[in-house]
Amino acid sequence: MTVMGLVVIAGVLAAVISCAAFLVWFERRLLAFFQERYGPNRVGPFGVFQVVADIIKLFFKEDWVPPFSDRAVFVIAPVFVVASVLMSFAVISFAPGICAADLDVGLLFFLAMSSLGVYSIVLGGWASNNKYSLLGALRGAAQMITYEVFMGISLMGVVIMADSFNLKKIVEAQEHLWFCVPQFLGFAIFFIAGVAEARRIPFDLPEAESELVAGYHSEFSSMKFGMFFLGEYLGVTLISSLIVVFFFGGWLGPAFLPPIAWFLIKTFFFIIVFILMRGSLPRPRYDQLMGYGWKVLLPLALLNLFVTGAVVLVWQN
Amino acid sequence: MFSILRSMFLVFIHLFRKKVTLQYPEEKPVLPARWRGRIILTRDPDGGERCVACYLCAAACPVDCIALQAAESADGRRYPEFFRINFSRCIFCGYCEEACPTYAIQLIPDFEMSEYDRRNLVYEKEHLLVDGEGKYKGFNFYKVAGLAITGKGKGEGENEEPPVDVKSLLP
Repeated sequence: MTVMGLVVIAGVLAAVISCAAFLVWFERRLLAFFQERYGPNRVGPFGVFQVVADIIKLFFKEDWVPPFSDRAVFVIAPVFVVASVLMSFAVISFAPGICAADLDVGLLFFLAMSSLGVYSIVLGGWASNNKYSLLGALRGAAQMITYEVFMGISLMGVVIMADSFNLKKIVEAQEHLWFCVPQFLGFAIFFIAGVAEARRIPFDLPEAESELVAGYHSEFSSMKFGMFFLGEYLGVTLISSLIVVFFFGGWLGPAFLPPIAWFLIKTFFFIIVFILMRGSLPRPRYDQLMGYGWKVLLPLALLNLFVTGAVVLVWQN
Repeated sequence: MFSILRSMFLVFIHLFRKKVTLQYPEEKPVLPARWRGRIILTRDPDGGERCVACYLCAAACPVDCIALQAAESADGRRYPEFFRINFSRCIFCGYCEEACPTYAIQLIPDFEMSEYDRRNLVYEKEHLLVDGEGKYKGFNFYKVAGLAITGKGKGEGENEEPPVDVKSLLP
């Protein structure tokens, strides 16, 4: 571990967390614009310090642990969601040389970490000892299992074409053509699975506030709730940056901007798409969500994998 | 699939629409003339109090926020000795204005009456009574021709103006 490595890790952590904090304000503002409102525009210029006000408020809220809850698990659950998402950021290469851990199995590492993230939902919902929380947690578990299956399969096309699990090599393999063109189906499936992974509307059934109060985090208050909140926005950032890495050429772009700028611009674009989806799409019914996952997206992902594999085989011979 | 993309596009278009929000403290809303806001007590064109302390407003008030005490002046006219409205209870229903036989109590288009202290929301007569006539200009209860009773024809009583000929087309 060199000093440079530590600097990169600290930089990535700071950038990612402040990006998530920024998103709290940005999403509210953008959603408001989509609804012909102004949104929070009072605290600081354009309301950017709204998030500071929110954090201060969260800190001063009573940090209540329900007496009927499983205390130890209840306290540890919110940490999981943030930790697992932050771990995933370790393998992302933001620009040449800016990567906390240049793992050869980076893609698998991300899939493993995103699977770990569901533990926070299940544990949080279970420890709350509340039927709504438990229902939310059950939904979360089922949704994660469903969507993680073809999330992995949809990425295998990328792996076949790049011939590597390393995220840096995947980006470098897109030098001539971004994978969103040959792997468009894979991109669409990964995008949908990513929305489900980040538990965003329209796939926010684990927290479905109109049916389950707040789902798995009903009983959480103060900064414990803040952790779930932070985890959600970190998840959005993570999925956006992974879409960029896998399908939109990562840091690649015309030379008039530095690579990191291209990465940020592309990521930001997908974050805006995430927010736009939240502003426009309704939540599906639970059986629709499951049926759509198993009956439509999984066969499509498999088809994409087979066709990609066949084409690459034919191409190489 | 197409409908999903279409609805996302339509929502995106709203980004460029004009905002419907009114930035309230800086921009004031345009209130209709019949807006039911702060309650005032008005005076007749001669400057006298319109209120005759008949208690009808207090009786009509569904939340009992009006309290008053009738008194009689030297010339035999009734007036409220005190008139108190508790605006922390008032629901601005306007029943008091409907009940008032003399157009004395009126609701006006003003809603900016927030206070830091709840007690300050209790308005006394000096806070309620205004100098103007409010919404009903030129109305003087004592001068309107009343009904004919034994010993007095319509419009023949003290101070009364001649009755309005409702069948005439002249102004």
